[in-house]
Amino acid sequence: MKDKLFYAAIWFFSILTLAALLVIVGYIMYRGASHISWEFITERPSLMGKKGGIFPIIIGTLYVTGVGLLIAAPIGITAAVYFAEYSKDGRLVRAIRVFTEALAGIPSIIVGLFGFAFFVVFLGFGWSVLSGGLSVSLMILPILIRSTEEALKTVPLSYREGSLSLGASKWETTRKVVLPCCRKGILTGLVLSMGRVVGETAVIMLTVGGALKLPVSIFDSTRTMSLHMYILAAEGISQEKAFATAALLVLIILVINGLANIIGHRIGGSNGK
Amino acid sequence: MRIITIASEQKRRRSRSVREATIERLLFLAGIVGALSVALITVFLFASGLPAFANFGLGNFLFETRWSPTNGVYGTLALTAGTLSVTLTALVIGIPSGVACAVFLSEILPPKAARAFKFAIELLAGIPSVVYGFFGLIVVVPAVRMYILPIVRLWDPDAHTTGLSILSGAIILAVMILPTIVSLSENAISSVPEEYKEASLALGANKRQTIARVLIPAAKSGILASIILGMGRAVGETMAVLLITGNAAVMPKSLLDPVATLTGTIAMEMSYADTSHQQALFAVGVILFLIIMLLNAVAQTAAKRMGARRS
Amino acid sequence: MKKRYVKSTVATLAAVLVAIGMTACSASDKSNDASSAGTSSGEGEAPESVTVVIAGSTSVQPLSEMLAEAYMDDHPEVGIEVQGGGSGQGIKAVEEKIADFGALSRELKSEEEVVAAEQFLIAKDGIAVVVNNATELSDITVEQLKRIYTGEVANWSEVGGGDAKINVITREEGSGTRSAFGELTGVLGKDENGEERDFTIDSAIVQNSTGAVLQTVAATPDSIGFVSLGSVDDSVKVLEVEGVKASKETVVSGEYKISRPFLYICGPNLGDGARSFAEFILSGEGQAIVEDAGFIAAA
Repeated sequence: MKDKLFYAAIWFFSILTLAALLVIVGYIMYRGASHISWEFITERPSLMGKKGGIFPIIIGTLYVTGVGLLIAAPIGITAAVYFAEYSKDGRLVRAIRVFTEALAGIPSIIVGLFGFAFFVVFLGFGWSVLSGGLSVSLMILPILIRSTEEALKTVPLSYREGSLSLGASKWETTRKVVLPCCRKGILTGLVLSMGRVVGETAVIMLTVGGALKLPVSIFDSTRTMSLHMYILAAEGISQEKAFATAALLVLIILVINGLANIIGHRIGGSNGK
Repeated sequence: MRIITIASEQKRRRSRSVREATIERLLFLAGIVGALSVALITVFLFASGLPAFANFGLGNFLFETRWSPTNGVYGTLALTAGTLSVTLTALVIGIPSGVACAVFLSEILPPKAARAFKFAIELLAGIPSVVYGFFGLIVVVPAVRMYILPIVRLWDPDAHTTGLSILSGAIILAVMILPTIVSLSENAISSVPEEYKEASLALGANKRQTIARVLIPAAKSGILASIILGMGRAVGETMAVLLITGNAAVMPKSLLDPVATLTGTIAMEMSYADTSHQQALFAVGVILFLIIMLLNAVAQTAAKRMGARRS
Repeated sequence: MKKRYVKSTVATLAAVLVAIGMTACSASDKSNDASSAGTSSGEGEAPESVTVVIAGSTSVQPLSEMLAEAYMDDHPEVGIEVQGGGSGQGIKAVEEKIADFGALSRELKSEEEVVAAEQFLIAKDGIAVVVNNATELSDITVEQLKRIYTGEVANWSEVGGGDAKINVITREEGSGTRSAFGELTGVLGKDENGEERDFTIDSAIVQNSTGAVLQTVAATPDSIGFVSLGSVDDSVKVLEVEGVKASKETVVSGEYKISRPFLYICGPNLGDGARSFAEFILSGEGQAIVEDAGFIAAA
């Protein structure tokens, strides 16, 4: 009886979760997919996005996401290696950890305000891809650190002991034995971060601006797809184009996740085993 | 000959230890970037917000329920109550769903199906919060008014709601934090060593007992971490909540009442605010920040205590 | 792999240093050169390529974007970047010299006049009072609006409608639309001490964009809200105010009372590129675009 209840609860909640997903994605696709066309992807918008496509916005999205990841990924992964493999349990390290964890909790609106006041105004980068990239990198840094660290933790201690006893140094052990075991975890972190950036609106609005032209320089203002969709919908410019943008965004995420899944399985199949 | 070899060997060792030390230092540098950014943001936030506490009086600012900037009244109690009520309700919906789903994925579903399911869940994480917001406004808000309200009226005939309410906000927030909770909890549960499970089963426990008494307790700290992350996201979520909670700065009396949240208020008013109003909004940011720090500290202590009990 | 980690760490640190270095340079550049050109194009040496940055009210943003697009078609050497942020952000952006023009969807406040060396009235916009399509009522007075928004009246039957609680929808504090609406209806007014007060009822639902107000009113029975006239569609019902239908004609003639200006403001030393854009907006061609966009020509 207890068993039945237990499994019933698990099935119920799991199906609820999946249903929520299907309903939301399905709804967006239903409202948006029919408005996606080749022209929508390749043309520049006109009348503020009421007509035309979203080509510069797609480029802007990739640009900001790329810059953000380029800044955050090296720092995040190395920091995780430090925390998981090197740091000793001192007071300083504990303080650093607490602070870093705190970064995860800082609401995006505050990151946005900070990014605006610091990168845009104080450092004089203006509304730009750079300001946005720096701001979003603050947001995704803790995600990267946490996911990499979790992955590092799953590597059995015996691997390290084996490598060290064979005469490898700590660093050699870390990079040749431990890190290769958790590529998949790191990749998951990268994908999660990418999702965070692509889905972010508040920070982008405050730091990247929202210009519609094609961004070239890292100092150009642009907008990402989520900001574009927000403006389209919030200002009542075009529900159709807003949903088309949202649908395309979901499709892009699907492709990114799919790729990450495939890569993850090919290179990191032995994760945690 | 021998001497030379030893010398060069020593040299090699020395250079190797120098290299190791350099690497460690570089890693440490990367490690403090996050902490430094937090310090920078904190200093900046407090410097901008503290004047407001001084001007309006700490007690007034924290415990006055009216928030009416045009009238010069800045009380944040209603905003804090709004944020907490929406977040907690979202957690009540999100935690059981998320953890159940994680167990389902790692222990019940066959691996192939689980992979597809997990893939679908991760997809949810990529949907912009604005999309959730509009979905909420167009679908959830009317649903709450049309289907939940009549049920509530069976008990309380005077109940009234436009649908823009704590409940609507919480439903959408719960969905938004699910991917975080599910994928991190699932990681935690599936990284519990296989031996634990085998030992439990060998001792005669059935699968349910193994899941509930062995796997979940062993993965507790990971699950808790996922909940903290989810909670942080819920407290800090702005754009979606803004569209569906109604943003009326009044103390909520029921789940069907509209509320204004801390983040929503900052997002809505910042762009128009004049100096003292802006300081007040930064001070709201400080409160938000402190709430999150407090939640984090509580959760971390809890995690530590659990970890201690286990070992 | 090892080299990659070391390299990436070093590269990152280097990048940070370079970034800070560049900042110092660009910051000092800017203080010398307060004019517009090159704010965002880094080296603003080439005289042909000019960047004009407009920031501010999201209500004005679509219009700015349309004007920019038309202007850039004829002047390919000019790049115009249009940003949102809100009216207050527009003022701040001009003050901090990160934008050439600040866009406002309301009158300039007296304390803001120091920032604005010049202001351009680019268009006018009526504010329509909208209700849910199922509402029977079709006409309302300014006095009734005031009583609804201050909470004196809570049921539609008290203003000539059916027996139902009124769901009041307003915009956020500081919104240009809200302050214009408030002033014209008396929801914003002076208290007994002569202080400026906003008497909007606390329990009013607040939505922070035109689209969200429209969506909420369209979906919520017995609700009332106000939005830019240019963005009204048939998902909601527009009420007549004092028997006057809200339209371009009635706003121009002054019969319809609830309207507000769209302004551009700029600091001192406006660049040539930016000035000729402003002149374009005020020209017949520019004002025709204003009309096309559903707003009302300034002149």
